[in-house]
Amino acid sequence: MAAPDDKNSLYEAFDEMRQALEATKPDALIVIAAEHFANFFMDNMPAYCIGMGEEYEGPIEDPEWLGIPRTKVPGNPDLSKRIIQKVLNDIDVAYAEEWKFDHGISVPLNFLTPNYDLDIIPVNINCQGPPLTPLHRAWAFGQALRKACDAVPERIAIVGTGGISHWPATPDSGKIDTSWDKAFLDKWTSNDKQSMLSYTDEETWKEGGQGGFEIRTFIAISGATEGCKARVDYYRPIPIFAVGCTIGIVELEL
Amino acid sequence: MSLYQTQKLLYNLNKSTELQAQFFADKQSVLKNYRLDEEEAEAIVKPDIGLLYIMGVNGQILMHYAAMCGYAWPEYIKAMRDALEIYGNVRAGLYVTTDGKGAV
Repeated sequence: MAAPDDKNSLYEAFDEMRQALEATKPDALIVIAAEHFANFFMDNMPAYCIGMGEEYEGPIEDPEWLGIPRTKVPGNPDLSKRIIQKVLNDIDVAYAEEWKFDHGISVPLNFLTPNYDLDIIPVNINCQGPPLTPLHRAWAFGQALRKACDAVPERIAIVGTGGISHWPATPDSGKIDTSWDKAFLDKWTSNDKQSMLSYTDEETWKEGGQGGFEIRTFIAISGATEGCKARVDYYRPIPIFAVGCTIGIVELEL
Repeated sequence: MSLYQTQKLLYNLNKSTELQAQFFADKQSVLKNYRLDEEEAEAIVKPDIGLLYIMGVNGQILMHYAAMCGYAWPEYIKAMRDALEIYGNVRAGLYVTTDGKGAV
């Protein structure tokens, strides 16, 4: 169990993010996540995939272990289809009408849409099964996603979810390099494209662990919000949660 | 070594409660559909979660199989740590190690 102060402060930060999200009155929420073999395997691994289902289900993990009951989550296949069609102008994205959520999506949704009353469009970036998509493509994917969202009448919020340095599900689970995390977050908050895209996977693996490959989800958000500053509202390393738990927001400069 | 086949079997088990039921009723009836060497088959059947980690099974697949086999989270972590002492470095995959121990 997490220490009470860790848990309470994180939950409060999530709740503030929920309020900020609700204030924008979105019609749908896109969640860009790093898949963890809940849906895809190395027999057919998409670099990018967007959900197009009527509904989704999660978490795949033991609900008691994760602390989140298994539930159905509404999708919006018509909106997904229109977004996918637009993204395909720039990125050869895969799509899936079936999708199981793992902790990567179920945890943020548990806090951000606790009533599961907002249409969700899940998005996957392969961060686990190399060869992985290059970072500049994750940026371009974010740009394509933004362009697609701007082209539909619905108001769409985008959340990126993943860890920075971490070594999850290994003997080193709980190790977190806070200085590596903070250096990355400095680049992320300033939308510093050049610096963010300068990481190599070899460096990331050595310094940030195999979980560090999930910086792709952050980078996709930066691509989607190119030119906008971000802010980090919460960062705290919580070893039992295996990551430096981070909550940040990009306010669009429209 | 057929790490791909080992991971594929565990991934399929994680995805299907029907396959899990068949597997725990008659493991060989499931294993025969995958090209596994003797060490891999034994590690899956026993189960030797630590050895599967050493072989290179991705933790995001292995953690679910460990839970399926009744491992609590701390036992899962301990099995991997113990295996580094017993078997040495992780041999392949995303977690390959060269120092015979984790970073902790």
